[in-house]
Amino acid sequence: MGGNSNVKLISDDGIRVDGRRVDELRPLRIEAGVLKRADGSAYVEFGKNKVLAAVYGPRECHPRHMQNPAKAIVQCKYNMIAFSVSDRKRPGPDRRSVEISKIISEALDYVVFTENFPRTSIDVYIEVLQANAGTRCAGLTAASVALADAGIPMKDLVPSVAVGKVNDQVVLDLQKEEDNFGQADLPIAMIPRTGEILLLQMDGHMTRAEFDRAIELGVGACKRIYEVQKDALARRYSMEKSAEDAAEDAPAEPQEG
Amino acid sequence: MARAVMSEIKKDHIHKLLAKGRRVDNRAWDEFRPISIQPGFSETAEGSARVRIGNTDVLVGVKMGVGAPFNDTPNKGVLTTNAELIPLASPTFESGPPDENSIELARVVDRGIRESQMIDLEGLCIEPKKEVWILFTDIYVLDYDGNLFDAAFLGAIAALKNTIVPAKANDKGDDFALPLQHLPISVTAVQIENSILVDPTLDEEKVAAARLTVTTDENGDLRAMQKGMAGALTLDQIYKMIETSQRLGNDLRKLIG
Repeated sequence: MGGNSNVKLISDDGIRVDGRRVDELRPLRIEAGVLKRADGSAYVEFGKNKVLAAVYGPRECHPRHMQNPAKAIVQCKYNMIAFSVSDRKRPGPDRRSVEISKIISEALDYVVFTENFPRTSIDVYIEVLQANAGTRCAGLTAASVALADAGIPMKDLVPSVAVGKVNDQVVLDLQKEEDNFGQADLPIAMIPRTGEILLLQMDGHMTRAEFDRAIELGVGACKRIYEVQKDALARRYSMEKSAEDAAEDAPAEPQEG
Repeated sequence: MARAVMSEIKKDHIHKLLAKGRRVDNRAWDEFRPISIQPGFSETAEGSARVRIGNTDVLVGVKMGVGAPFNDTPNKGVLTTNAELIPLASPTFESGPPDENSIELARVVDRGIRESQMIDLEGLCIEPKKEVWILFTDIYVLDYDGNLFDAAFLGAIAALKNTIVPAKANDKGDDFALPLQHLPISVTAVQIENSILVDPTLDEEKVAAARLTVTTDENGDLRAMQKGMAGALTLDQIYKMIETSQRLGNDLRKLIG
């Protein structure tokens, strides 16, 4: 948090630098099943964020000492590509991405029926192709769609969003300038059907009232994101259906002896 | 790459079809899969492109910064090329420092760009001996279904074509387009028994004995070559691959414009 509240990021009419109101999300687009090799995948564009998620597994867990004889382990790797940010990021993991990978793994572990797949690993790879604040939330949003696309049994999808504080106002879904100069940042993720919170972080400064308002905004937004996630999966499977229909109509491939 | 295994039945299928002069996807021996090029994919990069050849999907971005020149080239900009075979792209890719495959890929692409003198490196000098532009080309494989070399090279070329040098942000005057003087194109083929197959799919690569990448410029002159894999090529096969690269290179060059 820059904490510099002198930079005016919200107009007197309550309009933000990118034209949104304080309780408005950036445009969100989700597509499921975008990669050929992965068992499941999803692409998310959230404002100027562009994120790909891929799922491999359940597959043999190695190193073997990580195996759990009672359940699968969920291993997420979050990574930002070198040209995803304005100053080139050196490829490879850093302390920030290791921490984000851990909290996303933990959030996903809870929704996956891991007890169905003992001794295996479910590997989730999140690649941030272009970053504009809120990448961990976009990544988690993409990851749960990719898990569903992989056909892995889950309790629910996991929508995620960040709420922040800018110019002493609680605002939904910070973009880059707001993140740089904002006063607080609070990413959350939830299970929409139960309202349980799976990811919660906060830095900056918020009063209790501001926190309550942030949760209210975040929970409402998660429900909207959830609808977009479900729609992406519905479109994915209606596409698959129509492709199957087309295949049935086509003449059979000549068999090679 | 770990576990590059393939079923015998698939191998047999490829061999039997080849004996009749056919490929699994019914392409001619010298035919590329459908190619799509999406220039300017990233807003955070100075130049970028996403290239798909069939199911193979590669994202390339260019970042630039100001730094010191090498002592032996005091008036020339510096080129750096890096390739990441991220685990999102294939069940056989693993996270960690670049392995021999990604190093070979990056170096073959780098050589094609450097040796063709595609970029006017003297045009990237700010003050001789003191300051030049440093150019990072980062290649990310997103989905791996064979022929990474040509996908990465096309991506790099397309990304460099739309690269704007960020002079203003670095207090070095006005932004300008990256000075380019040539348009090299690489074409890769593999040898399976006595057949030559251009633009191999992953399955074809697994069956192949040898691979050759030939990079030519707009005059049809050779600019870089790389033979890979354990098999041997006859001189006739090499001549055939060179002629094919020159011919197909002209077609591919039109896609870049």
